[in-house]
Amino acid sequence: MALDVRQAAPAHARQRPRREITTAFVVSRIAVLAVAAAILLYAAPPLAATGSWVALGLLCAVSAGIAYLYLTRRFIPAKYLIPGTVFLVAFQVFPVVYTLTTAFTNFGDGHRGDKAAAITAIETGSVRQAPGSPEYTLSAALRGDELVFLLVDPATKRVSLGAADGLTPLAGAQVGVTGKVLSAPGLTVLKAPEAAARGPEITALAVPTADGVIKANGLSRAVEGKAGLRYDAACDCVRGDGGTWTADESQGYFVNAKGEHLAQGWQVNVGLDNFARVLTNPTISGYFAGVLGWNLVFALASVLGCFALGMGVALALHHPRMRGTKVYRIVLILPYAMPAFAMLLVWRDLFNRDFGLINQLLGAEIDWLGQTGTARLGVILVNIWLGFPYMFLVTTGALQAIPRELTEAASIDGATPFKAFRRVTLPLLLVALTPLLISAFAFNFNNYNAIALTTDGGPFPADSPQVGGTDLLITYTFRLAFGAGGAQFGFAAAISVFIFAIVAVISAVAFRRTRKQEEVYA
Amino acid sequence: MKMTLRHVFVLLVCAFAVFPILFVVSAAINPMGTLASTDLLPAGASLHNFANLLTSDTYPFGRWFFNSVFIALASSFASLLLSMFAAYAFSRMRFAGRRVGMMALLLIQMFPQFLAIVTIFMIFTEVTELYPAFGFNTVWGLLLLYLGGALGVNTWLMKGFLDTVPKELDEAATVDGATHAQIFWRVIMPLVTPILAVTALLAFIGTMSEFLMANVFLRDPESKTLAVGMFGMIAGDHRNANFGMFAAGTLITAVPTVGVFLWLQKYIVSGLTAGAVKG
Repeated sequence: MALDVRQAAPAHARQRPRREITTAFVVSRIAVLAVAAAILLYAAPPLAATGSWVALGLLCAVSAGIAYLYLTRRFIPAKYLIPGTVFLVAFQVFPVVYTLTTAFTNFGDGHRGDKAAAITAIETGSVRQAPGSPEYTLSAALRGDELVFLLVDPATKRVSLGAADGLTPLAGAQVGVTGKVLSAPGLTVLKAPEAAARGPEITALAVPTADGVIKANGLSRAVEGKAGLRYDAACDCVRGDGGTWTADESQGYFVNAKGEHLAQGWQVNVGLDNFARVLTNPTISGYFAGVLGWNLVFALASVLGCFALGMGVALALHHPRMRGTKVYRIVLILPYAMPAFAMLLVWRDLFNRDFGLINQLLGAEIDWLGQTGTARLGVILVNIWLGFPYMFLVTTGALQAIPRELTEAASIDGATPFKAFRRVTLPLLLVALTPLLISAFAFNFNNYNAIALTTDGGPFPADSPQVGGTDLLITYTFRLAFGAGGAQFGFAAAISVFIFAIVAVISAVAFRRTRKQEEVYA
Repeated sequence: MKMTLRHVFVLLVCAFAVFPILFVVSAAINPMGTLASTDLLPAGASLHNFANLLTSDTYPFGRWFFNSVFIALASSFASLLLSMFAAYAFSRMRFAGRRVGMMALLLIQMFPQFLAIVTIFMIFTEVTELYPAFGFNTVWGLLLLYLGGALGVNTWLMKGFLDTVPKELDEAATVDGATHAQIFWRVIMPLVTPILAVTALLAFIGTMSEFLMANVFLRDPESKTLAVGMFGMIAGDHRNANFGMFAAGTLITAVPTVGVFLWLQKYIVSGLTAGAVKG
């Protein structure tokens, strides 16, 4: 029977008669086209309305590509890979690549937007109430759909209309006893609750005047303010408050003669500066070896510990005469079923010196998370507790796939049970589970939560408070990047590149080794 | 004798597994409901914390529970399908970039995802303006985001399983005139129900306890998931006072997962059987 198949297959492939068009074929094609068209119809109008032509073009190209892919008979692997890949590219690859590009910029607090945004922020940030300017009584009104201010000068009782394009005198308005405008020709004056509903719009409206802007101060007052700092395009500098700050495109700041800069800057390319900072930063390079060492120990101990414990119980339960396996299995996956972040916080309390349960049970007064040695043991123990049920689940399955004949043959040949396990079962298990072990290693190498929610890197030695006893590379470098200097995303991204390189190299080496093993055993 | 040893060992591990959970149970039924008053054995037993939690005005726990279960079910089902498609192509077809593609799936997991959240936040700020139905505070947007992780370690797991399904089955079907789609749906899918059950469980658990992304994404109390909502419950100075409610919530969170496990258990044992062979 099998022989027939093999003979027939090549012959069939050579002639390859054009398959008839079945109902399923037609229906599936129509469905694909309908889905592509529906996405296009849903997604296109908002893009067109906001004028995002690049995005619109991309959307059309992707939809057309997908429609073509599923209409043609070619590119069969792509038909199966594209659905997952679209999401992968949009929500994992793109964010990661974009993050990597920020490693070459100074993106971070003070450098979030472009230069124009920085100038606006500097100018509006420096607005102070102009000395001697009137405090207007404000009424908000609508001119058509547009929000405008009706401003009454308390001294002259003159009414002006302020809009985003400037201030104009208004005639014919009726002013009430409170000084607010009651009605005005051609305008709808908003009542207090209506105005309150438009609070953010009212706050945002700035009415430009000859030398400043009028802005609302609450809902019924408006004042004229003058910007203390003004940008001058001629010298590409900011003047005011008795100083001049010139734009420095290499730093993304306005800098004065003394080298001081204004707080608000903009995003510029800094080349490899961030990478150089990682390598030359004395706080990073000074502790790097120690932290990397502990980081490796943590990741390896977590993975191997989880694997050993998970495999141990899986082996113990893997016996034809073993009773109660169902109940045991449910109990054993419980740690995995509880939300991990919640249990990390619970474990932290269990280790507490004063009211922690572990000390109560042992009758001890050990400051578990307060000493480097015990804290390290503690976080590894917690991580094993969280991770071993996963390893238990996957080994249980892998074990049952190994034919019993193999171990039986080994024991007939005189192997002890341990030898049979060491030489037969374990290699076969490793072949099956290596990709999972490697990805578990990568996950634990960067296990930010496991440290941040338990010890937060501590305990910190008194003489070098920057790096704690349980700090991983990721927790301690991110504390530098998001610590005292505000969030420095560019710097953090450069750090991530280094960490990524370390993990990838270690994983690649491990992977190559097991590939060789697989050729031997599989 | 040997059997006894096995039982002793497994019981010890079970004790290790259960000990922190007992503490949570004790905190949950502790009538005082604070962290400081909680012991391994509770001073009294009451369902006070559970009642508080379910009737709370500040914390819409029922809503969070529904959100979490809905997102976890929908996203594990959809990502299962996407992942299965990819595993089928990787296992059964030979094409340029196959090995590179598989390695890339493993590599992308190694980047500290934590950082990419800034970018994801920026992407969805745009999306929220253009398509509010998929923006912040919506389950649909979060679902899309989770589907980004559909291809990953689970694809490797499934591909390993598919490699063990004899190729002769597909070949026989091809000879009978079946298309690749018919082979996928009629031949392969029925054979891989077990591994689907396993990956479904892994994906379900992963989504239920996912916190980092959801925390950025869901701000509105009504739209939160259990992980995000309960974290807010003990954030800051509410820690001690709300601990009983928090513990009760943690226990209730585990209920759907254990339920899914019980439902899938019969498939899982046989599913992992062949599943993990030949990564």
